[in-house]
Amino acid sequence: MLTIKNLHARVEQQNILNGLNLTIKPGEVHAIMGPNGAGKSTLGYVLSGREGYEVLDGQVDFQGHDLLDMDIEERARDGLFLAFQYPVEIPGVSNMEFMKESVNTMRQHRGEEPLTAAEFLKKAKEACKQVQLPLDFLKRGVNEGFSGGEKKRNEIMQMILLEPKLCILDESDSGLDVDALQVVANGVNSQRDGKRSFVVITHYQRLLDYIEPDFVHILANGKVVKSGDASLAKQVEKEGYAFLGLDTSEEANA
Amino acid sequence: MTEQIHEALSRKYEAGFVSDIESETFMAGLDESVIRRISAMKNEPEWMLEWRLRAYQNWLTMEEPDWAHVQYPKIDYQAISYYSSPKSMKDKPKSLDEVDPELLRVYEKLGIPLYEQEMLAGVAVDVVFDSVSVVTTFREKLKEAGVIFCPISEAIQEYPELVKKYLGTVVPRSDNYFAALNSAVFTDGSFVYIPKGVRCPMELSTYFRINEQNTGQFERTLIIADEGSHVSYLEGCTAPQRDENQLHAAVVELVARDDAQIKYSTVQNWYPGDEDGKGGIYNFVTKRGICHTNAKISWTQVETGSAVTWKYPSCILKGDNSVGEFYSVALTRGRQQADTGTKMIHLGKNTKSTIISKGISAGNSNNTYRGLVHMGPKADGARNFTECDSLLIGDRCGAHTFPYIESRNPTAKVEHEATTSKVGDDQLFLCKQRGLDAEKAVSMIVNGFCKEVFKELPMEFAVEAGKLLEISLEGSVG
Repeated sequence: MLTIKNLHARVEQQNILNGLNLTIKPGEVHAIMGPNGAGKSTLGYVLSGREGYEVLDGQVDFQGHDLLDMDIEERARDGLFLAFQYPVEIPGVSNMEFMKESVNTMRQHRGEEPLTAAEFLKKAKEACKQVQLPLDFLKRGVNEGFSGGEKKRNEIMQMILLEPKLCILDESDSGLDVDALQVVANGVNSQRDGKRSFVVITHYQRLLDYIEPDFVHILANGKVVKSGDASLAKQVEKEGYAFLGLDTSEEANA
Repeated sequence: MTEQIHEALSRKYEAGFVSDIESETFMAGLDESVIRRISAMKNEPEWMLEWRLRAYQNWLTMEEPDWAHVQYPKIDYQAISYYSSPKSMKDKPKSLDEVDPELLRVYEKLGIPLYEQEMLAGVAVDVVFDSVSVVTTFREKLKEAGVIFCPISEAIQEYPELVKKYLGTVVPRSDNYFAALNSAVFTDGSFVYIPKGVRCPMELSTYFRINEQNTGQFERTLIIADEGSHVSYLEGCTAPQRDENQLHAAVVELVARDDAQIKYSTVQNWYPGDEDGKGGIYNFVTKRGICHTNAKISWTQVETGSAVTWKYPSCILKGDNSVGEFYSVALTRGRQQADTGTKMIHLGKNTKSTIISKGISAGNSNNTYRGLVHMGPKADGARNFTECDSLLIGDRCGAHTFPYIESRNPTAKVEHEATTSKVGDDQLFLCKQRGLDAEKAVSMIVNGFCKEVFKELPMEFAVEAGKLLEISLEGSVG
C-alpha cells in the first residue's frame, strides 16, 4: 500500500523529518506516537502533499506510484485520505454539496457513474447516523460553527463516504470526551475491511484502547525510533517516552 | 499557491463578440444640436426636449466627481458618439419577423431567447441594442393585467402624463454629473407602470447590449409601482470586447407608492477590459428609489463586469414603515475597479433598511464598498443593519470599506458588521485533499460566500448568477 524510504522533509527552513522509514500493507493499522515536535503531523501533511512541506530526500511509493510526484488532488483521488487535526470552515457551502461534489469527483476518477442527489442523500444519512451527527449537519456550512468534537466526527463521516484506500487520522482523538472518542473509533473500526489501511497519529494511548493497531511506531526527531505491537503503546502510557532514552528537551523546542 | 492563483488569472469573456450590424451612428461630439437631433430621432414632444436641454445646461456647470476609489484617464466627452441605432430599426418593425435576422442572431448567441414560446416561462423582456429598444415581449399579455412595459421612448409618446409626473422626481436632472449627462442624452431604456393593487403576473427584464464602437449607452429606466402593487424586474448587460473604453451612464428611478413593493435585480456583465486593463466599460450609474408609506424596495445586484464601476443603488425611505434592502455581490479581477454600495435615507418613522454587501477581489483589482446610512430627525424608531464582507483571492488585490453613518435621531438604531477574509490556503488544501481541483474549490468557496445575496435573486436568475461567477472565476486559480 505505502512504502516510505528515508524520507527527509522540512517546513519553514526547519528539518522535521530526518530519514523516516515505514511500510504499510493493505488492511493494516499503524499507530504513530511520539512526543510533541517529533514530526507526526508533518508526516500526514507530507504524504497528502500540502504546500510548504518540502521533501528534501527519500521515496514514497503509494500503490505502485511515486506519491511525491503527484498533486494533492491526484493523491486524494487515488485513495489517500487525511482526517484533519484542525478542520477548517468553509462558510455558506453546505456539507451536503461539498461532500456530493467530492464523492462524485472520486467516483468519476474511478470510472463510476456519479451518484444522483437522492442516492447521495441516502448514503450521507447513513454516514451521519454512524458518527451520531444529526441530519441537519448535512445542510450546515462545512465545519461552520461546529464544536471541536463535531468537526472530528465530521471528518470521520467524510472518510466513510469517500471510501479511501489509505486513511491518515491526524490526532482525531484530541479534545474529545470518552463518548465522542468511541464514536470516532467505531467509525474507523467499521471501515476496517482487511484491505483498507490506516495510519493513526495520536499523542495518547487511549484511542488505541478502541482502535486496536497492528503496529505501533514511536517517532522522535523525525525518525521511527522504535516499532512494536500494541503493547508498545501501553508501555508508553505507563512510562512515558523516557524509557526510549530520548532527549525530551526537544519537546520544548518544538 | 498565490503564484498559482495569479498565473492562471486569464479571463474568458464569453459575450465579447462584435456583430456586424449596419448602424446609423451620430458623429462623435456633444452640443445642443446633438441633443435636438436625438430628440428629433425619437419624435419627442417639445417638453421632453426642453427637459433635456435644461439638463445639458446643468451638466455644463458641473464637474466629474473624483471622490470614488477608482482611477481612469480623463474621459473626452467630445470623442463619444451619443446615438447609434441599427439601420434596420429605422422602419420600426412591428413584430420579430420584421426584425433584421442578424440582430436576432446576436441574442441567440448571447442565449437570450426573444420568441415568446422559447422564453423562460413567466419572464417578459425588453431588449435594448445600443440606443434603441429592439423588441419588448409579452406586452399584450401584460396589458391585460393593466401593466405597462415598453421602451421609455415610446412611453414618452404614449403615456406622457405618467412620464411627466415621475421623470426626474427621484433622480433630479442635476443630481450628479453622470445623471445630468444622462438626462440630456438618454436614448432608450424601459418604462414600467403597475396599476393600483396589481401584482405583476410575470418577471420583467431588460437586456442591454452595447455593440457599436465609440458610442456611449445612456439608458433611462423608470418604474412606477402604484399603491399596493408588486413587481419584480431584472436587468442584464453585456458588450463586445474592444480595446477602447466605452461609457455607460444610466439612470434608474423607482417609485413605490403606498404599500407597493419593487424588487430590482441586476446581473451586470459589461466587458471588463483585458488582463492589462485595456478596454472595458466605464459603468457610471445612478439608481435610486423612493418608498412611500409601508412600501418596500429591494435592490439585488451581481456585478461581475465593467472596467470601472461607480454605482450606488439607493432608497429614500420617505413614508413611515417603509423598507429598503440592498443585496450586492461585486466580483473584480484583472485590473477591474469597483466602487459600489448604497445609500439608505431614512426619513419616515419606523423605517427599516438592510444592507448585505459581498465584495470579492482577485488579480490586481480593487473592490470598494461605499455606503451611507442616514437617519433623519423624524425617523423615530428607524433601524438599519449593515453587513459588509470582503473576500480576497491572491495577494495583489484590494478590498476597501467606506461606511458613512449620519444619525440625527436618538431613537434610531444602526448596526454595522464588517469582515475581511482570504480564500485561505487551508481551505483550498481541504478541498483538494477531498479530490476537488483548485478551480472548483474557489468557485465553491466564493459561491458559499455569496449565498446570502444569491437567495434574493429570482429563482431562474440565481442559477444564472452562480454560473456567471463560475465563468468569471474560470482560470482564476492554478
